[in-house]
Amino acid sequence: MDGEDARRAIDVVWRIESARLIAGLARMTGDVGIAEDLAQDALVVALEQWPQGGAPDNPGAWLMTTAKNRAIDRLRRGEMAARREEELGREVELRARLGEVDLAAAADDEIEDDLLSLIFTACHPVLATEARVALTLRLVGSLTTAEIARAFLAKESTVAQRIVRAKRTLAEARVPIEVPGAAEREERLASVLEVIYAIFNEGYAASAGEDWIRVDLCEEAMRLGRILVGLAPREPEALGLVALMELQAARFPARTGPGGEAIPLLEQDRSRWDFVLIGRGLKALEQAEALGRPLGPYALQAAISACHARARAPEQTDWERIAALYDGLAAIVGSPVVRLNRAVAMGMAFGPAAGLELLDGLAAEGDLDGYHLLPAARGELLERLGRAEEASAEFAQAAALSGNARERELLQARATGPR
Amino acid sequence: MRVMAIVKASKDSEAGVMPSEELLTEMGKFNEEMVKAGVMLAGEGLHPSSKGARVSFGGEGDRTVVDGPFAETKELIAGYWLMQVRSFDEAVEWIKRCPNPSDEEGEIEIRQVFETEDFGEEMTPELREQEERLRAQTEQNQ
Repeated sequence: MDGEDARRAIDVVWRIESARLIAGLARMTGDVGIAEDLAQDALVVALEQWPQGGAPDNPGAWLMTTAKNRAIDRLRRGEMAARREEELGREVELRARLGEVDLAAAADDEIEDDLLSLIFTACHPVLATEARVALTLRLVGSLTTAEIARAFLAKESTVAQRIVRAKRTLAEARVPIEVPGAAEREERLASVLEVIYAIFNEGYAASAGEDWIRVDLCEEAMRLGRILVGLAPREPEALGLVALMELQAARFPARTGPGGEAIPLLEQDRSRWDFVLIGRGLKALEQAEALGRPLGPYALQAAISACHARARAPEQTDWERIAALYDGLAAIVGSPVVRLNRAVAMGMAFGPAAGLELLDGLAAEGDLDGYHLLPAARGELLERLGRAEEASAEFAQAAALSGNARERELLQARATGPR
Repeated sequence: MRVMAIVKASKDSEAGVMPSEELLTEMGKFNEEMVKAGVMLAGEGLHPSSKGARVSFGGEGDRTVVDGPFAETKELIAGYWLMQVRSFDEAVEWIKRCPNPSDEEGEIEIRQVFETEDFGEEMTPELREQEERLRAQTEQNQ
């Protein structure tokens, strides 16, 4: 194995093993920062040794043993944080006594528990969302700081600092590395889901552009979501989020036109949708529904997405069901944008007059002042009611408010042109 | 990126002999690992080629249907996984961890799946537009 081969071999092993490695070390040391350092130490040893001896048969167990030996070394040299020393010493001693057999045989569910604990810790609400995002991608997604920086169009030093601070905050707040108990489980899970969806949306926003590195973020988010669902299969919102991401990603191939412009959902060429992802999304949604608990915001959004995914043609869309799902979503979330979408769905399900009435109510409240999609939706409904002049005025207003050149053009065309 | 891992047929798979319980358990475990790592998108096994057929295309557009079984066992496909990975190497590493799908010597072939972005420079906006126009025309003609 030459140096280059070894480096590639280590790269992929790291990609596959590092989250579990860091998770196991985090449980033992009680500190994600120390755990990551130890894992990195093991990586350095691998880089030294694998080129000569070749990759070991069980690289994951090898890395874990090596990291633990490093932990013992560091402990002897007194490099560990004092408050963790005793705890770690006990654990390492115990493990060392049990020897490597124990490592290889470490129960799968124990490792899974460690990994879930790591995810909950990296996504702890004590951290700001962007810190949680960076830490999760780094520790669980095993992205390098450089990759995270590139994906978020940030400076590498900024991301590095963000991660260092996040680890320090967790240590200072003495956040226990564990799966939260029933009392705080829901809130903590929401925090995890928020992080995963934030990663997905960062990629989603970029997916109309040419920068595919950023689009990879969607794949990372989906991967994290699938890992989470594997670890916590009885959480309807985790399944709901996975379903939502799979269903939205299924439309990527159809959502931009030849000139890079966005193509609205109802005008997309549905033969270009990704049916592997649609199948996966529908299945995840079914699993969420099968748990028999009330659907949360992610599962409801997934259910709405599923109505579109099931329709082979736009006119086959079950708008009544979509309107009902938006009712449910508006009752939980109640944001003006959700209510706007609900009004549009009502307009599709029960005729433009019904939708327009809701939109007028929303407009009167003023929460959506300056949001271009409100007049755009009004224009649409007015047009369907045959009120062409009013429609035109709404489209013109929408065009003036839009921040996107291409979209402005389309809206302007609808304001002026005969259709 | 997406990668397809293609399991080549063996004498047993072609004879319709079911894998041993031990292999099924190991394979199940491997599948579960890939699912839990968020890597496996889909995967299925195929019936022997005796239940298959081939459509041969002649030069002048003639079509001939040939029913299975087919002889060249090692070139046949017995199953596949569709994987989502960050690099091709990652897919190779996963497949190295797969239990041998048969009792004999065998092979799993790993291939990258084309995605829109792979067309890259070849698929300029103009070309895409052309393709769109063609598609629209075809639809009108139908």
